[in-house]
Amino acid sequence: MDTAIVTPTLRAKDYKSEVAPVWCPGCGHFAVLSAVTKALAHLKLPKERVAMISGIGCSSRLPAYVDAYGFHGIHGRALPLASGLKAARPDLTVIVAGGDGDGFSIGGNHFLHACRRNMDLTYIVMDNEVYGMTKGQASPTTQPDWAKSKLTPHGTGMRPFLPTAIALAAGASFIARGFAGDPNGLTKLLVEAIEHPGFAFLQVLSPCQTFRPEQKEWKHLVHPSDMAPTDDPVEAARFIQADDGMALGLFYVRRLPVWQPQHQPTATPADLEREFVL
Amino acid sequence: MTERSTLAGGATLAITGSGGSGAVTAGLILLAAVGRAGYYGLLGRSAGPQIRGGESAAMLRFGPQPIECMGGRFDLLVGLDWENVARFADELPLDRTSLVLTDAQAGPIPEILVRSGAQVRSMPWKALADAQSEGRMNMVALGMVGAMLGLPLDALEAGARATLGDKGGRVLTSSLDCIRSGYSATDAAPVPPSALAPPVARWNISGNEAAGLGAVRGGVRFVAAYPITPASEVLEWLAPRLELLGGSLLQAEDELASINMIIGSSFGGVPSLTATSGPGLSLMVEGLGLAVASETPVVVVNVQRGGPSTGIPTKSEQSDLNIALHGLHGDAPHLVLAALGIRDCVYTVEWAVGLAEHLQTVAIVLSDQMLGQSRAIVDPPGDLPFGAVQHTPLQRLIGTDADPDHRRYRPTPDGVSPMALPGLPGGMYTAEGLEHGPGGAPSSRAIDHAEQLDKRLHKLTGFDYGHGWAEIRGEGDHLLLTWGSSAGPVFEAAERLRGSGTPTRAIALRLLAPLQRDALLEAIGAAGSILVVEQNQTAQCFAYLHSQRALPAHARSYARPGPLPLRPAEIMRALIGSHTREET
Ligand SMILES: Cc1ncc(C[n+]2csc(CCOP(=O)(O)OP(=O)(O)O)c2C)c(N)n1
Ligand code: SF4
Ligand SMILES: [Mg+2]
Repeated sequence: MDTAIVTPTLRAKDYKSEVAPVWCPGCGHFAVLSAVTKALAHLKLPKERVAMISGIGCSSRLPAYVDAYGFHGIHGRALPLASGLKAARPDLTVIVAGGDGDGFSIGGNHFLHACRRNMDLTYIVMDNEVYGMTKGQASPTTQPDWAKSKLTPHGTGMRPFLPTAIALAAGASFIARGFAGDPNGLTKLLVEAIEHPGFAFLQVLSPCQTFRPEQKEWKHLVHPSDMAPTDDPVEAARFIQADDGMALGLFYVRRLPVWQPQHQPTATPADLEREFVL
Repeated sequence: MTERSTLAGGATLAITGSGGSGAVTAGLILLAAVGRAGYYGLLGRSAGPQIRGGESAAMLRFGPQPIECMGGRFDLLVGLDWENVARFADELPLDRTSLVLTDAQAGPIPEILVRSGAQVRSMPWKALADAQSEGRMNMVALGMVGAMLGLPLDALEAGARATLGDKGGRVLTSSLDCIRSGYSATDAAPVPPSALAPPVARWNISGNEAAGLGAVRGGVRFVAAYPITPASEVLEWLAPRLELLGGSLLQAEDELASINMIIGSSFGGVPSLTATSGPGLSLMVEGLGLAVASETPVVVVNVQRGGPSTGIPTKSEQSDLNIALHGLHGDAPHLVLAALGIRDCVYTVEWAVGLAEHLQTVAIVLSDQMLGQSRAIVDPPGDLPFGAVQHTPLQRLIGTDADPDHRRYRPTPDGVSPMALPGLPGGMYTAEGLEHGPGGAPSSRAIDHAEQLDKRLHKLTGFDYGHGWAEIRGEGDHLLLTWGSSAGPVFEAAERLRGSGTPTRAIALRLLAPLQRDALLEAIGAAGSILVVEQNQTAQCFAYLHSQRALPAHARSYARPGPLPLRPAEIMRALIGSHTREET
């Protein structure tokens, strides 16, 4: 090789695009964006080999703010869009980002099947227990007695969805929880999630300043997980069921077969036509 | 019908039987055999509502010219048994000149068939089958019918080998024995082997297989889909073959997923397609809007069935035109095409893939159960015989390092902007379903909205589609205008009218959106009587053409719902009003 191509080392801010976020001041999603750019810089991923995929919601605006390839799709369908991209382009690092409404309500079915398909994707859900973008309705992770939305003046009356428990039951191979108020811990988890070969689910507690101001208290409620990461689903299940929803860290990681079609061409369409000839 | 009398002209016959009687297998072998004997042929099937087994009918028409529809009556009905045949009776029109063959042991012939006045003849199929080890009545009947139709024995044998080959030696051997025994039990004179072998080897293909082939010929290498009748065979054909081509098929969790998966793969640069039917298309429309707005090429093959809702999953209807044209919210211009026949499924899907790729948009291709699940003997489809002359081959404009301007949605003279693929360092952008400016950043400004709306519309309306927009046959003051699979009976109706002194032109639309209005008005010319023919209740195409001001005021509509196929004679009657004899 005569000339070695040297890629200059990129810093986190080099992964930020020029588009200004629409988020409210103090929104937890800012910290997630900065953790994403730090993780990409830490992993030295070439920007053009990264694809950020999302649906709709405040959180789903994230791709446009990252200087990489991106697709801001439709509400709830980020995971299938990302799965199709990864199936066609295994060479890319595909990161999916969205909210609790996007991922657990309208996109709930895709969440189950993405977990069990175990493609090599990273899925960040910025959970604020509310629909921020549509101005504050209850989401699947909202507590049953939260009565601040006009749509559910008596609260939802439904027990919240347990994302980590469901991810485990559906077969995800990496399950972790981070907090927007703990940027270093979050970046570390993101790095591990991206490096994990398989479907990595990262729930991020990301307070909604505007519609859930009481979430400011989260910084006093979160605590490190008291269990070392396990590859035993039974142990993980016991931990997750006893969890108060505020434990942070990597809970479960296991090497499971990764779904990725990869076939070398051995025929042309003209070859296929022969089967029809009488 | 007298024995052997239809040899030169072909014949129309149906084989019916209950589950396990092998009526459809016999039909498949007979189709393969008439093909080998030098005929064209068309094999349709009808099944009861059972998931598996249950009564079914195979309907075969063959002759020396390409067969594009089933015709109006049957020369021959082969009743292996009569259980539940009443469910099909209206699909099996017989008359006094029809012949019904059955075995006395199959029981009395249903009253509804007796009333047609057809002659009935009893055959010793059961006895002959019992004389063979593991003998089967359907194969004995097949041999006998083959002899009566004047087919060479070796064509029947080759048809059986091609159809049963994968079932293994014993089944094949005993079937061949039964075919021979039935064949020699008629008083028909023996036919010299393969007397009519055609100069070019023809194809035996179904519409769903043809759609799959069109897809891969067009360059599709990724498919995501959710199973649904009657589209599943497109997927079954594609799944193993995409792997041979270096691609893949992903069975999605639902159609919301499948459409978004192919948007993702296409964003990654791989031409992508899904196949579905009405209920699945309904679930996909939000995704189609995303593909339109983000200018991501995708193709949907919609194999129509009776609707609305779950409707009639196993029977044909052309009632999804409205949703294909108008189902998307917002101003969402896209391509809508319709396959005009089984062989045309290859061309139409291949063209649709090329157009979607070239124009960076959505193409919906309308096929239907009748095209999809019927098989035909056809001339091999050569290279795409139509398509835009100035853009060959049709393919995606991929962004490169050499592009002076990488803004993904920047306006260009033809509305198509280069699409950078992930991996290209200079081309990074975020594809958007939100309205956006030229670089892709979300925008709600009037000026950006107007610019992007115009870009997405004009790249479609300003494109030169060449002559593939329609197939036009014949000249005349009378005009039959149709779309999609109704082209078969319409072409035959027009030909018969011309033959009986009523000059009639037929136009079948392949490209429905964007409508080639000027070309259509020119093709309609000064026709004195115009009839728009389609298989749905509410005259969806007729209403659409009127809304586009593409029809003279005196045009009339002939529209009726499925599941019964349109027959040439009813179309002739609707056009000229006078009595037309039902014949094949
Ligand atoms: C099909 C559809 N239904 C409804 C909406 C309206 N909508 C937009 S975002 C959203 C909820 C977003 O909540 P979440 O995913 O939790 O994101 P957040 O805004 O809280 O970050 C809804 C209901 C939509 N865009 N599309
Ligand atoms: S509404 Fe809530 S989630 Fe949305 S940007 Fe504002 S603070 Fe963030
Ligand atoms: Mg939320």
